[in-house]
Amino acid sequence: MRILSKLALALSCTVMAQAAYAQQVSNNVVKIGILNDQSGVYADFGGKFSVEAARMAVQDFGGKVLGAPIEIVNADHQNKPDVAASIARQWYDTENVDAIMELTTSSVALAVQGLSKDKKKINIVTGAATTELTGKQCSPYGFHWAYDTHSLAVGTGGALVDQGGKKWYFLTADYAFGYSLEDQTSQFVKAKGGEVVGSVRHPLAASDFSSFLLQAQSSGADVIGLANAGLDTQNAIKQASEFGITQGGQRLAALLFTLAEVKGLGAQAAQGLTLTEGWYWDQSDENRAFAKRFQEKTGRMPNMIHVGTYSAVLQYLKAIQKAGTDATEPVAEALHEMPVEDVFAKNGKVLPNGRMVYDMYLFQVKKPEESKGEWDLYTQLAKVPGDEAFIKAAESGCALTQ
Amino acid sequence: MSTIFGIPAPALFGQILIGLINGSFYALLSLGLAVIFGLLRIINFAHGAQYMLGAFAAYLLLTYAGIGYWPSLILAPLLVGLLAVVIEKTMLSRLYGVDPLYGLLLTFGLALILEGLFRYWFGAAGQPYAAPQQLVGAYNLGFMFMPIYRGWVVIASLVVCIGTWLLIEKTRLGAYLRAATENATLVQAFGVNVPRLLTLTYGLGAALAAIAGVLAAPIYQVSPLMGTNIIIVVFAVVVVGGMGSILGAIITGYMLGVLEGLTKVFYPEASNIVIFVIMAIVLLVRPAGLFGREE
Repeated sequence: MRILSKLALALSCTVMAQAAYAQQVSNNVVKIGILNDQSGVYADFGGKFSVEAARMAVQDFGGKVLGAPIEIVNADHQNKPDVAASIARQWYDTENVDAIMELTTSSVALAVQGLSKDKKKINIVTGAATTELTGKQCSPYGFHWAYDTHSLAVGTGGALVDQGGKKWYFLTADYAFGYSLEDQTSQFVKAKGGEVVGSVRHPLAASDFSSFLLQAQSSGADVIGLANAGLDTQNAIKQASEFGITQGGQRLAALLFTLAEVKGLGAQAAQGLTLTEGWYWDQSDENRAFAKRFQEKTGRMPNMIHVGTYSAVLQYLKAIQKAGTDATEPVAEALHEMPVEDVFAKNGKVLPNGRMVYDMYLFQVKKPEESKGEWDLYTQLAKVPGDEAFIKAAESGCALTQ
Repeated sequence: MSTIFGIPAPALFGQILIGLINGSFYALLSLGLAVIFGLLRIINFAHGAQYMLGAFAAYLLLTYAGIGYWPSLILAPLLVGLLAVVIEKTMLSRLYGVDPLYGLLLTFGLALILEGLFRYWFGAAGQPYAAPQQLVGAYNLGFMFMPIYRGWVVIASLVVCIGTWLLIEKTRLGAYLRAATENATLVQAFGVNVPRLLTLTYGLGAALAAIAGVLAAPIYQVSPLMGTNIIIVVFAVVVVGGMGSILGAIITGYMLGVLEGLTKVFYPEASNIVIFVIMAIVLLVRPAGLFGREE
């Protein structure tokens, strides 16, 4: 018994010592989990490069918040919601992870956001696109950074309708993200006086798109909307030119396409594509400086997912600083209140449904002969103001805004 | 316009043709698997990785040595075949005669390592590889645009398939091979170097995968994941055709390619499972596969 009581005394002493050291931070460490696809079709879209971006944010913040160290952990969810949910549960329950971010793939993001809501933990999505995250399935502790299907529909979809693309045919990835992207682009096309003549759904990682492309080709559409992402979009574009689709006068709308995929496809095949992103390395001195640091660490230029993850981690740390604690409720409150002002977003604001609103941009991929360097790939066409790019909170269908 | 089952006839022909093109890849890949399984009794899970290596070999030869598509079509399979010979000599040959599961696990592990390495080096987004100048462009067949390169793929794979079949069924070397699998001891007694024969067979099987890889490079992105995406389908093709049946693998490859193409028209959502449904049915009705022999 004596040993036990001594042990208890010793334990309580350490607990007290810790409490005195960093009163406001649970377990005396702020742990952020980056959960995304590190080995599948979206591994370059976010992947381990997002983890590196998160580490850069920690470094820029100074490595400590409220006197407690900051730690980044990461895992590969293989685009499987069940795998992601079990990792997230383990992180929250036994590894004291305070917040989970990135969450590429909409099906995964929805699953982890649901879990985080139940566990009262903060999650910030940068890698997934579905507006459901800040719509019907919104969470008081869930935030959506970087982009969503609505902003892509407004940016890329809008630009092509304005250029005369009235009849659309969709090639849609057969899961939550694809439906959401197709649905919102369709609505937008119809609202602008266009029509949707058909669509076909393909499995994720289909690799051969020729059957689907032939169906699109014979549909008589002006524009073939690619409501998919990553390697799927790359293959579809490559094969479309093989079957004479672009030469035949039909246009391709790569609705979700970032610098990582453009680079992978090569300027030759990607030239002329119109796309929407929230960030490009060659927009300002600040961006170029950030991109240079990122390139030194990873060997590549970042896209909006990578810089968005940087911004999300940085903003989360700022919110902890402001709230004076890492407890979920006050930090979520601070995240809702604080403007977002960093290398990623200017005058960014967070809506009551968790959507971070900032200006996005419409880019066109340069011709190979115009490009001055390996990463000199975009010409900026237009700015898509944040208020147009994202759904207004009241119209989002999120119960928190009622 | 005439229609068949509610689909315009030209569209249907187009899909059948595309099915044949995809079937060419299935046939080429399942051929290599069937050769290896038929003669070595090794379930070569590294086949997808060897296909990927073929594509990467072509890409690397072009990028770092300036060697174009045509020489690569010979060089890449040679390189991959050589690597396979090393693998067979140092690892696989120790597993003959034990449960086939060991060979399966070894090759599966090798596939994971190879794919992991290439993902680490080149990322998942893949690398571009252009078709050779002579084969760029497309013919308008009236009912569809036929890319010249895809036509070439069908012809090349047919030639390779028939060539391999002839080699194994009609030549003296092929006869030795088949005899060695029936009764290795007896063939060895006649003075044939059986271990070397088996090594060469594994090299040949891997080289066939690499040829498919080079053929695929201009169509798909050269990506570390390209093997994983296709290997499971190819295994299904081999099972439907009958494990180890070379002719079965070839015919089933084309057949299932066409079937998959048609599914993409009538019910696209099912296109990636239709082959497995067929596999399940075939296994129920004819457990040895369509062309396999009961043992």
